[in-house]
Amino acid sequence: MTLTEPSRALDEIKIGGMGASRKRVEDNRFIRGKGHYIDDVVLPGMLHMEILRSPVAHARIRSIDTSAAWDVPGVRLVLTGEMMATRNLAWMPTLSYDTQAVLATDKVRFQGQEVACVIADDPYIAKDACEAIVVEYEQLPVIVNPTQALAADAPIIRDDKQGQHDNVCFNWEVGDKDGTDRAFAEADVVSRIRMHYPRSHPSPLETCGSVADFDRATGKLTVYMTTQAPHIVRAAVALIAELPEHLIRIVSPDLGGGFGNKVPVYPGYVMSILASILTERPVKWIEDRTSNLISTGFGRDVYLTGEMALRQDGKILGVRMHTDSDHGAFFGDAQPSKFKIGLLHSAFSCYDIPTAHLTARGVYTNKAPGGVAYRCSFRVTEAMFFQERMVQAAAEDLGIDQAEFRRMNFVRDDDFPHRTPFGFLTDSGQYAKCLQVGLDAIDYEGFRREQAEAAKNGRLLGIGISCMTEPLGAGNSREYDILGIKMFDSAELRVHMTGKAILRTGAKTQGQGHETTWAQIVAHELGLPADDIVVEEGDTDTAPFGMGTYASRSTPVAGAAVAMAARKVRAKARKLAAHLLEVSEEDVEWELGRFYVRSAPDRGVTIQECAMAAYSNMPDGLEPGLEANAYYDPPNLTWPFGCYIVTVEVDPVTGVWDVLRVVAVDDCGVRINPMIVEGQIMGGLTEAYAMSSMQFITFDAEGNCIGSNFMDYLLPTAWETPGYELHEVVTPCPHHPIGAKGIGECATVGGPAAFVNAVMDALKGHGVRNVDMPLLPDRVHEALTTRADVSGAPPIRTDS
Amino acid sequence: MYPSRFAYEAPRTLDEAIDLLAQGRGEAKVLAGGQSLVPLLKLRFANPDLLVDINNLPGLDHLAIAADGGVRVGALVRHRDLERATALASAQPVMAAAAPLIADPIVRTRGTLVGSLCHADPQGDWAAAVLAAGGQVVAQGPHGRRSIPVGEFVVGPFQNVLEYDEVAVEATIPAARDRVAGGFLKLERRVGDFATAGTAVALELDGDRVTRAGIALTGVGSRTLDARAAADSLLGRALTAETIARAAELAAEAAQPNSDHRGSAAYKRHVIHTFVTRILTRVTTTTTEHAA
Amino acid sequence: MSTLFEEIPPAPADGVPVRRVTVTVNGRERTADVEPRLLLAHLLRQGFRLTGTHTGCDTTNCGACTVLVDGLPVKSCTMLAVQADGHEVTTVEGLGGPSELHPLQEGFKDEHGLQCGFCTPGMMLAAKALLAENPRPTEDEVRFALSGNLCRCTGYQNIVKAVLWAAEKMNGGDQ
Repeated sequence: MTLTEPSRALDEIKIGGMGASRKRVEDNRFIRGKGHYIDDVVLPGMLHMEILRSPVAHARIRSIDTSAAWDVPGVRLVLTGEMMATRNLAWMPTLSYDTQAVLATDKVRFQGQEVACVIADDPYIAKDACEAIVVEYEQLPVIVNPTQALAADAPIIRDDKQGQHDNVCFNWEVGDKDGTDRAFAEADVVSRIRMHYPRSHPSPLETCGSVADFDRATGKLTVYMTTQAPHIVRAAVALIAELPEHLIRIVSPDLGGGFGNKVPVYPGYVMSILASILTERPVKWIEDRTSNLISTGFGRDVYLTGEMALRQDGKILGVRMHTDSDHGAFFGDAQPSKFKIGLLHSAFSCYDIPTAHLTARGVYTNKAPGGVAYRCSFRVTEAMFFQERMVQAAAEDLGIDQAEFRRMNFVRDDDFPHRTPFGFLTDSGQYAKCLQVGLDAIDYEGFRREQAEAAKNGRLLGIGISCMTEPLGAGNSREYDILGIKMFDSAELRVHMTGKAILRTGAKTQGQGHETTWAQIVAHELGLPADDIVVEEGDTDTAPFGMGTYASRSTPVAGAAVAMAARKVRAKARKLAAHLLEVSEEDVEWELGRFYVRSAPDRGVTIQECAMAAYSNMPDGLEPGLEANAYYDPPNLTWPFGCYIVTVEVDPVTGVWDVLRVVAVDDCGVRINPMIVEGQIMGGLTEAYAMSSMQFITFDAEGNCIGSNFMDYLLPTAWETPGYELHEVVTPCPHHPIGAKGIGECATVGGPAAFVNAVMDALKGHGVRNVDMPLLPDRVHEALTTRADVSGAPPIRTDS
Repeated sequence: MYPSRFAYEAPRTLDEAIDLLAQGRGEAKVLAGGQSLVPLLKLRFANPDLLVDINNLPGLDHLAIAADGGVRVGALVRHRDLERATALASAQPVMAAAAPLIADPIVRTRGTLVGSLCHADPQGDWAAAVLAAGGQVVAQGPHGRRSIPVGEFVVGPFQNVLEYDEVAVEATIPAARDRVAGGFLKLERRVGDFATAGTAVALELDGDRVTRAGIALTGVGSRTLDARAAADSLLGRALTAETIARAAELAAEAAQPNSDHRGSAAYKRHVIHTFVTRILTRVTTTTTEHAA
Repeated sequence: MSTLFEEIPPAPADGVPVRRVTVTVNGRERTADVEPRLLLAHLLRQGFRLTGTHTGCDTTNCGACTVLVDGLPVKSCTMLAVQADGHEVTTVEGLGGPSELHPLQEGFKDEHGLQCGFCTPGMMLAAKALLAENPRPTEDEVRFALSGNLCRCTGYQNIVKAVLWAAEKMNGGDQ
């Protein structure tokens, strides 16, 4: 296209298009306290539900006496597993083809498991009545880690499952075993490390909850609930409760954060639905924080044995990994069906390694089920943490500088598409450049000098690097499904006659700002000002079918669908433009916001004029209206890259460490809204800092959850949280319609290893190879004084 | 999140409050700042029949800080008031150092020092600071007032010696004869965390000679601990590397920590040792700087 | 129906004793009959339908429920509704005027100081109390003053910027 005159195209930044740091439209309600979260949903005649949970981790239920609970004034219904069983609802399927108890019938299998629930006029009364329920337990031996689970005399946790004679829930492998064995046979050096990525919990500030409203007259069930994936829930309710799908409406209101915690279907949702059906009243369930922490989807809890085959000159020849993962009492991981340990085999994708082999074993324990993708694309967080800890250990074993070792093994910029050691196909990146930007920003050489100088005074400084490319945007439908439902996504764009528009997608924002950024994509494609586009998500009656928001898949998949829907609208608008301009379609050219006649650029019509014509002046034979649907099935995953560099100082006396600087270099492809992208990175870095320093869920030998409230499960405040220095490199994704790769989780995934590597770098020369996260002062001190690795595996050590 | 039922009274006089407590016969609880009690109610760890809210009582919000180190803290003085009391830094440095470390800034709006002492949390901060400073709790009951040294006031985890019909009306720190010094250090992983281990040190110095010493430990026993032997080891001596090391050793010995998810027993003992050393060393540094 | 959440006139139920409280909320005097055990946060949310005050934990840690009581920041889940009798409460709904935003609200939007929005009301009220006491805080002072409020989304850096933005504006600075 050659323009003979200066373009009349709109200034894209001015209309809030791609690249504009547009202020968020959703903020207008949040800053006024007018967000509409689950607990803000109030329906006439609404009742309130509270759940009675097991105080013990493993026990047979001898009896449940609910009579005193029924006697509490204001109580409307008390449900137990026995009553659920009569409706075939005592158990439900999980997202990983296992089953999970809704209300316990035979045994309780973790502390906090749902045992009964009370529906009453208000939550205070419901809680009173829960306390009046008497349950007799016969305690059983408790298992809190894989070693105990795999012991020969271990009690069988899942004795409800036919054919289950041990506590193994799966064995899985991927990669080339023989090739890897050969690489190790040829290696000059083999580097080994073992570690535990501790159990963590996403803990969005808003807990889970639901308001179920069954209307007997119409047969319609409406459920307002905290879900990141409303359509999957609708499908699940249709399949589990055998209700007709067209009479089920799932509404996900404003979510006070999700981070993976709000992907699974929890027993509380199911109970509130049944309770509404039985009472014929709306029933609200709002989880308290303790329930949230002890019973809903956790993240991580994986043990690694990692080995690297190395050539003396620094070349990585092969990688061997074995993981033992602790899934709790029910295998409820939220992940694509095919991959038992998620995308853990995306490890080492940024390095050019000929061969690798991973064996993964999952076990049942007496801990809460879940295994959600906690701000992570299905166990990619573990993958990248293990990778970058193994890389640092290997560099040390070879005596090669950690930055140089990474650089010499990176996939080169001209080596794409690249087949990763476990078989993924990556498509683009500038890994060495990102690393260099980070090293320059932190003044790597300068810090090394400062570190050496400080060491003379007995001060311990350390610098840690973590680099990774992670797979986002599941999936392509050939390989990625959840319970058989293919992982595509969708958008529906309707342009009104005045050129204003409504966009709906199958994703669900939880703070990522979809209402702002989706409109920017439409602005980019159509030239409509972003302010003229309203975005709606979360209501299955109105939104097109989609798989929801988690695993950083919104921009890669739903965002692509938005662009494709907008392009379909533009294609139709072109026909309208041709009609209005009285030329043939082939003679019409597009510039942002306007079609014009190729031979006479002055003659043009705006997209708004086309919209009006779609309702008032369409050509013969053209369907009225201006709207489009797009279902987007991505050709591949997207592969953003991140390089995180952290410097710390460790107090050699107490083991307390302070963060000095944090530098992040992210290449997430094209940035739709740089302000929002940076917000995502800083949030992710904070979770990385939290996991490395304080945030973990552990258990004592009796299976008591340590970390069952915010007094023990520590989330950092503004005071401890370090400041961040952000940098960017842009390598557009070659297959995504707008070149974006996704960013929501990169820093959470790549960040933790940078913090840990920094502390371990400070401890270099003290005989320590690994300290498990979180790096509590106690553990760092122990490493310094014993010159040995420190394990963080449960049960916690006690004196008694 | 939903407390069980209780009756509530908000008396206007202290006598009325004492009457109500007497009628409660041990099933009544005093509500002051509520920053420990209300969470316990929400978790239903505490289920009293009656709450006697003393926030409307007159004459309990006094905070008097004398230059000689004497301090009187009424039962309705909030952490926030102590945090902002600039006179505290020279009068009782141990309390000034503890004040901004109590819970978090929002909790400090309502929580009270006297309430913290009564709550007797083994991981609490104020009890250690006040104990080190040699403070007392003044309680009033149907039979009059009495003063109880903090060391005797706290007897176990969440246990104090108050009779059920007594109200703690103030905490007092006696005036010092000599120059006051001291400090407070606690290991917490984030603001609002309970102490992994904490140490309060309050000294009086005549020249470089220690004339009074109090060392109290938090988070390392079933109650706030008085490291008496450690404190006594300093009496009559100057703070030197040797005396400091000895006191630190004795304080670590006095600790009775348990291993838990915050740290091992050995580590907590080590932290106590380190904190005593650091506070005392800082005192000497400050003295030197002052002299210079 | 329950007496817990009913604003005057309540339907007395089951002989449960209630107490009448009068609270000035955002400048408007409001009266309710409440059970003593009702938390202030619940009176504001369910009784007065001021749902901008959120609850995020059971243990007085998260600060999502922070409101101002007589101008000072308080976790409203850790104060009984009966204790608010005769006091003035400011919630997020009372932060801005009917048509204009408070500088903190503007600052949080301008500096991207929020994502999911759940902690935001509590953060803004804690910040309001800070700025009333210290109109020109440093970054560290802001971080310290907000350390009783948890945020899971932002990593705090932009929240701090938002508060400094508001301080600047309230001091007559040009934004």
